[in-house]
Amino acid sequence: MNITIRYFGQIAEVTCQEEESLEFSGTLISELLNALYSKYGLLKAKDFQVAQNQELVSIETKLTGHEIALLPPFAGG
Amino acid sequence: MNRYKRHIILSEIGQAGQDQLLRAKVLVIGAGGLGCPILQYLAAAGIGTIGIVDFDVVEISNLQRQVLFGTSSLGENKAIAAKQRLKDLNEAISIIAYPEKLKHKNAIDLFRQYDIIVDGTDNFETRYLINDACILAKKPLVFGAIYKFEGQVSVFNYNNGPSYRCLFPNAPKQGSVPNCSEIGVLGVLPGIIGSMQANEVLKIILGIGKVLTGKLLCYNALTLQNTVLQIKRNDAVIESVLNDASSFNEKFSDFNCELEDLKISIKDNIIEENIQFIDVRESYEQPKVNGINVSLIPLSSLENNLDKISDSKKKVLFCQSGIRSLHAVKLLHKHNIYNCFSINEGAIDIIEHIKELQNISSNER
Repeated sequence: MNITIRYFGQIAEVTCQEEESLEFSGTLISELLNALYSKYGLLKAKDFQVAQNQELVSIETKLTGHEIALLPPFAGG
Repeated sequence: MNRYKRHIILSEIGQAGQDQLLRAKVLVIGAGGLGCPILQYLAAAGIGTIGIVDFDVVEISNLQRQVLFGTSSLGENKAIAAKQRLKDLNEAISIIAYPEKLKHKNAIDLFRQYDIIVDGTDNFETRYLINDACILAKKPLVFGAIYKFEGQVSVFNYNNGPSYRCLFPNAPKQGSVPNCSEIGVLGVLPGIIGSMQANEVLKIILGIGKVLTGKLLCYNALTLQNTVLQIKRNDAVIESVLNDASSFNEKFSDFNCELEDLKISIKDNIIEENIQFIDVRESYEQPKVNGINVSLIPLSSLENNLDKISDSKKKVLFCQSGIRSLHAVKLLHKHNIYNCFSINEGAIDIIEHIKELQNISSNER
């Protein structure tokens, strides 16, 4: 299935883009993350949460959405 | 009331809504990039009581985005400098400056005195402290955070909604997420995010529109893309904060470090206007300190004389050696009286120092 992945803050710096589309055949979000970890070596060290179709979900959630977002916390003020 | 006319003629606000704003009490933590626009709009809108917590001083590198300050505020405490500016903006409201660090020890008591807490801080430790104290004190939290060109806004702990921990359960490893001073930030970004936070505060008080609860708004200043992500309340996470209430006061607390924050030296240029000096020694103790205005309130009767402690002034306490005055500062904190400090030196050193200052000023003449 074709998935659009959006990256925010520091995550976008690691992936060098704010958005990408890719074909993925796995069933869980955690599997997608593993694929991204091997693509972007620095990603695993980062703190972030995952949203599927604009809803925060656990990484054990089944991959159903077309849009995944990787959201890091921001400290600045 | 001409000042609020543009509010009052809005049917969604009216005189009744404006009265609600005037009755509201809002505590803003951090008077920096986010805090400045938040405070500016809340004061202008006529929020009746505004508390400002910030221990930091104004530096030249702040002026690129911290719009309440000018070159005349350099070196001043941010909470106090912000209060001065806001008093000029709106003298009819009450503004309380807390020029100190928010600690686990004082947070819950402080939060209980306000209706809404606004987070404009710049580090995770304080953000989680604020979140947990809001859960324990049952106060809504208007959250904002920024990174370079991006911002996040949400309202937590509102009407049984999620908390910050439901979004990010634990603080990231220290140093893994840089802050503005390390990495830079577009000056106007905190202006935008802080204004959104002020807007949420007004909506909560007025009961209009849809409050940003259960959602995180992600804003990108470069693409102007707004993304709203849904966040669910995680009862287990909130329960664990509530169950941990008894250990909250001890959490993260570095006791010695906190004590150091309460101590000042007579040499730190503390003799200035707008300070209440308090001698906490017993009335028979000598020598007396002359040449500055001193309130005599012995430690033994301090708690019976809280009405003699100034609300607005910074309080500087001293005794014979700096031990009892430190004790007295802690006692005042227990009664929610902040902005008070203990002089390290004793009365004899203070007298010596005043003499030196008088000599300098007479030589100058």
